[in-house]
This record gives sequence, C-alpha cells and structure tokens, in this order.
Amino acid sequence: MADVSTLNTTAAGIDAISRGLVSGPRGRKPKRVLSRRNIMLYGALTVAALYYLLPLYVMVVTSLKGMPEVRLGNIFAPPMEITFEPWVKAWAQACTGLNCDGLSRGFWNSVRILVPSVVVSIAVASVSGYALANWRFKGAELFFSILIIGAFIPYQVMIYPIVIVLRELGIYGTLTGLVIVHTIFGMPILTLLFRNYFASLPVELFKAARIDGAGFWQIYFRIMLPMSLPIFVVAMILQVTGIWNDFLFGVVFTRPDTYPMTVQLNNIVNSVQGVKEYNVNMAATLLTGAVPLIVYFVSGRLFVRGIAAGAVKG
Amino acid sequence: MHDTVSINKQNSVSIRDLSLSFGSVKVLENLNLDIRDGEFLVLLGSSGCGKSTLLNCIAGLLEPTEGQIFIKDKNVTWEEPKDRGIGMVFQSYALYPQMTVEKNLSFGLRVAGLPKEEIAKRVARAAGILQIEPLLKRKPAELSGGQRQRVAIGRALVRDVDVFLFDEPLSNLDAKLRSELRVEIKLLHRQLQNTMIYVTHDQIEALTLADRIAIMKSGVIQQLDDPMIIYNRPKNRFVASFIGSPSMNFLKGELAEEGGRTVFKADGVRFSLDGYQADEALSPGRRVILGVRPEHIKVDGDIQGGEVHDAVVEIEEPMGADNLLWLKHAGHAVAARIGGARRYAVGTKVRIGFDMSMASLFDAETEERI
Amino acid sequence: MAKSVPSGRPNHLLRNLNSKIASIPMILIAVVIFLGGTLWTVVYSFTNSRLLPRFNFVGLDQYERLWASSRWMISIQNLAVYGILSLIFSLVIGFVLAALMDQKIRFENTFRTIFLYPFALSFIVTGLVWQWVLNPEFGIQGIVRSLGWESFAFDPLYNPDIVIYGILIAALWQGTGLVMCLMLAGLRGIDEDIWKAARVDGIPMWRTYIFVVIPMMRPVFITTLVLIASGIVKVYDLVVAQTSGGPGNASEVPAKYVYDYMFQAQNLGQGFAASTMMLLTIAIIIIPWAYLEFGGRKRG
Repeated sequence: MADVSTLNTTAAGIDAISRGLVSGPRGRKPKRVLSRRNIMLYGALTVAALYYLLPLYVMVVTSLKGMPEVRLGNIFAPPMEITFEPWVKAWAQACTGLNCDGLSRGFWNSVRILVPSVVVSIAVASVSGYALANWRFKGAELFFSILIIGAFIPYQVMIYPIVIVLRELGIYGTLTGLVIVHTIFGMPILTLLFRNYFASLPVELFKAARIDGAGFWQIYFRIMLPMSLPIFVVAMILQVTGIWNDFLFGVVFTRPDTYPMTVQLNNIVNSVQGVKEYNVNMAATLLTGAVPLIVYFVSGRLFVRGIAAGAVKG
Repeated sequence: MHDTVSINKQNSVSIRDLSLSFGSVKVLENLNLDIRDGEFLVLLGSSGCGKSTLLNCIAGLLEPTEGQIFIKDKNVTWEEPKDRGIGMVFQSYALYPQMTVEKNLSFGLRVAGLPKEEIAKRVARAAGILQIEPLLKRKPAELSGGQRQRVAIGRALVRDVDVFLFDEPLSNLDAKLRSELRVEIKLLHRQLQNTMIYVTHDQIEALTLADRIAIMKSGVIQQLDDPMIIYNRPKNRFVASFIGSPSMNFLKGELAEEGGRTVFKADGVRFSLDGYQADEALSPGRRVILGVRPEHIKVDGDIQGGEVHDAVVEIEEPMGADNLLWLKHAGHAVAARIGGARRYAVGTKVRIGFDMSMASLFDAETEERI
Repeated sequence: MAKSVPSGRPNHLLRNLNSKIASIPMILIAVVIFLGGTLWTVVYSFTNSRLLPRFNFVGLDQYERLWASSRWMISIQNLAVYGILSLIFSLVIGFVLAALMDQKIRFENTFRTIFLYPFALSFIVTGLVWQWVLNPEFGIQGIVRSLGWESFAFDPLYNPDIVIYGILIAALWQGTGLVMCLMLAGLRGIDEDIWKAARVDGIPMWRTYIFVVIPMMRPVFITTLVLIASGIVKVYDLVVAQTSGGPGNASEVPAKYVYDYMFQAQNLGQGFAASTMMLLTIAIIIIPWAYLEFGGRKRG
C-alpha cells in the first residue's frame, strides 16, 4: 500500500533542479491587468451598472431641460441649456385636478405621516420584540407566528376590514388612522428585527439586571435601549423608506387634501388633462424619490443590513 | 545566495526565501525550510504567527510575494494547487455538503477525467484505510465530527499524492476525539510513509505527532528540531515558554564566579550552575535568564545531590497523575511538579533542588540560549 | 380567601404581567387584523355585498362571476407571465451579479451602491421613470429610429401584446439589487475552506459554483424565491404608475382588480372574492415552503 509514496528521482533531475533554482519561477505569478477574465468581469459589471444608472441619468437630464428641448427627442442627450424651472414648477405649481399648488403639499403631508408613523411603529414593535425575546409567556410564540405569516398575506385581503374598524372608531381618513395602519403593517418585520436583535444580546446581562431587581420597563429603558442604537437606526431606515414609498395605504386611507407625496406624484404625472410636461414630471419624480435616495446614500451599509434583516427570516 | 543552496534528493518540500505580505503587513519573511521525504513536520505557533499562511503557500492557495517552493524537486511556485501533488485537510472539513461521502471522495477524480474503475479502486482503498466503508452512501450532515474529518482525510488520500497538508485538522473536535484521531493520524503516517505537513497551535499534538517541529512566531521559524530537543533545549526564551504546560519557571539575574564555579545570582538567590551544558562560555557579569521546567525542580525526597534550598508551599494543585506545587523561594514564585500521590499542606516548608543539567540559560538581551 | 392561593405559586395570569400588557398591540394586530380580517374577507367573499358589506350569503356566485370576467382572466395571465419571468430573471441576474461581485473585485462598494439604489425608490417612481424611458416618441424607440433604423419598434407600454414585459423590465430594475445582495450574503457565508478544497481537488470555478456552491445555497435561494413570489402577487403600484392597467386593460393585475372593485366600482363582493384568490395563491407558495423550512428541520 505504501508504495504510492515512493518516488525515484534521477540524478539528472536533481541537476536540473539545482539550475532551476536560479532561473525558475519565483515570487508572485505575473498577472496582466487586462487579462481576458478581467475584461469579461469588469465589462459585465459595467454594462449592468449602466442599466441601473440609466433611468436616474435620464430623470436628471430631462428635469433640467426646457420643454422645447425635450420635444427634440433624445432623452439621453445632456441638456444644452440647464434650467431649474421644471423643478420650481413641480414643487410649487403642478396641478392635480383643481389644485395647482405643486408637490409641496404632498411633501408636507408625507412628512406629517412619516414622523408619527415611524415613531409609533418602532416604539410598539421594539417593546413587542423585547417581550418576545426576554419575557416569553405562554402563547407568545403563537401570536408571533401569526404575525409573521400575516406579513405574507396580500394587503388587499385585510384592507377592507381595517377600513371598517377605522370608520367605527371615527378615524377613517385621518392622520391617526394612517399612522395606525402603518404601525400594523410594519409590525411583522420590525418585531422580527427587534426580537432577533434582543435575543442576540448576552442573556447574562438580562439575568444580572433581574437579580439586581430591575423590572420589565427598567430593563428595557436602562439596559436594552442604550445597547440597541444600531438596530433602531436600521429599523428607522426600513420604516422611513417603506412609509415614504407607500402608495396603496395612501390611496385607501387618506383624502385628496391629505394625499402623501407618492399619490400626488402619480396624479400629477398620469393626469390626462393638459399638455404633458415631461420635464416637470421628471423633476417631480426625482423630488419624490429624493428622500429615500438620500437615506440610502447616507446610511450605506446600514441600509443593506436593514433590508437583509428584513428579507431573511430569523 | 541561491547558488549556495542545493536541493537534496531526500527533500520532499523545499521552501526558499519565501516572503509574503498583505499590503504593508509582512506575514512571512525570508523563510527557508526543507522537509524530508516521508517526514511528519508540524508547524506550531499561536494564531497569527503565519503557520497557516505558510501552509496555504505550499498548497498554492496563496501566492508568495517573493521566493520559491519546490515539491518533489519540481518548482511549483506558479503551479495551480491541483498540479502540485498535494492533498489538503481543512479545519472545517470543507466537505461538499450536498454530496455523499463517495461523491465527495471521487469528485476531483471525476472532474480530472479518470477512468471509472480507477476511481472506484482509489475510493475503495481510501475507504479501507480509513475504515469508512459503511459511511460511503451517507451525506456529511449525517456524520459525526470525527467521521467527517476521516472523510476529509480520505479526500486527500484518493488524490494519490506525495504530500499531505493538514490545516489544524483536529481543532473542531472535542478533547476525547482529538486524542483518538491524533493516534489515527500517526498510524496513517506510519502506514503511508508520506510527507505530512501539519499546522496546529496545540503543543501536545505537535510533540506527539511530529518527526520535527517548526515553531513559528511573527512569520519567522524560531526553531526547527526534533520534539525532544525543542522541549529540553529550546533555542530561545519564546520557544521555552511556548512549549510545556505549566510553563517553564524563569528567573532574571546574572552570572558570577564563586570559588572557581559559575553561579547564577538574582536578588536573594544564588544557584550553582554545575551540570549545565553551555553552548557558549559563561562569562561572569553577563545578564541572563534562567529557565527551569517544573518537573526539574526536585522537592524533598526527590533531590539527588547538588545544592538544596528552602521554600514554602503557597498553593497546591493536585492533577491526579501529578501534583503541582506553587512555591515561594526567597521572594520568587516557582512551580514544581511532583508525583500525584505526594501531598503538601499550604504553608509547609520544603527543600528544593534544581536539576541544572536540564535547565536553560538565555541571554537577557537577545533571549537566545547560551 | 387569600389562603386558598397556594403559597409560592403566583396567579398564572399575573406572571409576566408587564410583558403581557406590552404585547397587547402585537396580539391585537395578529389576532384581530391579520387573522380576523383575513377570515372576515374570506367569509364576505361568499356574499353579494356591493356598496356596503352585507351578510347575504350567495355561495360561490362571486367566484363564478370572477372567473367569467375577461378582465380577471387577463389579470391572471399577466400575473403568471410576469411572475414566472420575474422569478427566473431575478434569480439568474441576482446570482450572476453576486457571483461577479464575489470575485474580489475593486470598487465593490460602488457597484453595490449602483445595483441597489433602485430598491430604495418606490414603485411609483420606478413606474414613472420607465414610462418615460420607454416612451415610444422620445425614449429608446425614438432614439434608435433617429439613428437611422426607421422600422425599429420597441413600445411595450403602447402595445397590448408586450406591455407586461415593459413592466417586467422596470420591476427587474427595481428589485434585482436586493436579490443580488441576498445572494452575495449567501456566497459570503460559504466556508472559505470549501473553495480551497475545490481548488486543491482541481475543480474548475464554474463547476464549483454549479455542483457545490449553488446546492449549498439552497436555503438562500428558497428564501429569496418566497420573497420575490410574495412580492409578485402584491404587484400593484408599479402597474398603476406605469400603465394604469392599459393600454385598454392589457396590463391589469389581480391586486389592481381588487382595489378597483372595492373602492371604485363599489362591488365589494367581487373585490373580496378576488382578494381571496390572491390569498390562495400566496398560500400555495407559502405552505410548501413553510413545510420544508420548519417541518423539515426536525429531521435535520
């Protein structure tokens, strides 16, 4: 069996090696920067990157052109004459139906919806996640499972009953109503996020605090909260982009004068009356996309972590 | 310098002037190493010392910045791993989880396009040697840690290669399995007579398995020797302290001459160095470090002549087979190992003697052995 | 009376009381809205409710009417075509991009930022941008024609036969970055030693991907699949923004059908029946997955 390993080297071979010592390959294998592999690799990535960047580029250049230039035809051509008028118009004068005060109203509506929705949904979900992670009681996991399964149920299935409940409570069509709706549908993902995060903290910490006599709320506020800043930021990113980008709940649960920005944008661009002002439309689209884009570019890796946490089940 | 080195035909793996750096961090520096045909060489060191990096360079998984690697007299510095005539066993086993054991063993051979009968023959042989025939149809997830590691060794075995590389293969196993597989690897080596290069941070594995140990620190081989020489005559203070548990006792002091004999002096203590085999002249006044292993400090009845000193027992650590005494001698703490049956109460006054023939002296500046 | 409570054993309901109080919102949402609301809708889909929900049981009438409706059939066909293609393309594009990104490339962060930014944008914004890029007069078709190729035709948003592909292009633009990220995380989760072992074994890289890495990433693939699939069934805003269901009703989708019947056509029963069908579709996707994921775990 052992004969495999025996290998005879001829004397001539040794000589060759001794010579090879001086001339044979040494150090790093030389590599060409422009190898075929690299050309294919970076080529493919660049083509893909262009596909992703193209619409953003088109939006920007179109929004900086005047209408006569837009009608010339080439949406990819950079503006010959940069004008910010479409932006001003989109912000302050664009019409939806009878209102002609631009997207600004939608923007402020969205802000008024966003702030309380983010705060309330995160507050409720973080406490639920904390209770699930550290103070498990009988049945808690069952409710949590229903919640997670609920995340997959199409919103359309649950919308009408919510309309009825809110109407009965007298808050259908109000800001409060919409905040409640955003809190409801943010619950599954946020609770999962917080539950998994709190469960990943060392349990000894929690035990030590209990031995020191701290109770449910004391542990939450004094120990868990200060340790959980990153996950709160992740949750905030998730909610800010999610709520800002919402369209369905905006349409169903608000009235025209309280429409969020996305709904108003769609109404401006897709309104059938009047001449289509593509440059104004693109400026409006960019304005609406600006908030989540800024969040995305500022938060960078945390955004990735947020969507990864949101996407992959715990 | 290259023309002065010659590659000896007994060498299985030779490394010449190997350097590797990641950016400005130098992981390996100008390293030379010859591994004899059929030798079991252990690369030992704490994490970050470059031992795994060196192994990955030999395997061809990392490219050295400078230097050459020869395997079986062939310059393989630029060769792909598969063409180097090596097999490798990883710490995490790295078995392909979706394939059965049989498929795991044969995958590389099938890709290489070997004839079916040859593949079957090699798999059967490897399975026979490692006694994993009953496991061939199972998937890695259905195996225990020890079985997985055996399959991982099998994957190296079927490649029919001259050199086996082990990257901390036992570190993921519990202590009992570890010692069992250690014995099996040693038997395997005896049976195959292949060259084996084995990376570990565990000194017991190194001492028990190796024909020679290379102790590494910061990318440099500190000592390359037979395990017993490394244990008994460490080349420098790092090697001395790295090997042996509990660690060697160290005392800082200086050499002096008294009545024609060389003695070691530190504050309050004075030991005769009779019996010490010095590599250099022991010139008086030289600042040195004296190192004595716990088992070479004799207590009471074990003392066989020579100087005798007083000490007090501070703590006793009975470990079954032997008993470790932490003693105080003239203000210095020293550990002594005695037979497990002999017990001492804390505070007992004892007499101790140093076996200087087994001690080590290091220069206080260079920390090299004198 | 106090003596009747055994000492040292506090009332069962009062144990963890604060935790229970804090969980009331979660319990209410799970039970009342998710469970209750769903059941309510399913039950009322068997009634002839129109402007207001009325509990007037009519059996499967609404469903018969639904499946007889040409608009619903178009919606279902669109969903099937869009769904299958978007699953295939998302997974393939996402995985290929992730594999390219995993080659220790330079500018990895830049590429990732570029691939993922559309995911931060809403479907409304996505739909409107692509509506503009695909505009036959000024967009891609117009440009190609102005380059001299007069007969070039690519006007998906105005051609009922291919309008769903126009929506698909926009959806892939918005969503593949996420798939890429998930796949990349999966690739990064694979033990480095596996790659090393494959190299020592002499397995070419593409074979390692196909025979070792992709099988190892099965959980990631399944999770991603479920995620994309449940997103597909919900697709609504994108269609509203990009085509409003047009031309004609060529790009209608089920979610839009539900909304239109519930809130505009004032035919609640139809809306409930259609949304129940959506629920059923989701259940067909989710239940086998949940079974595999959670039922299979016991067997290891």
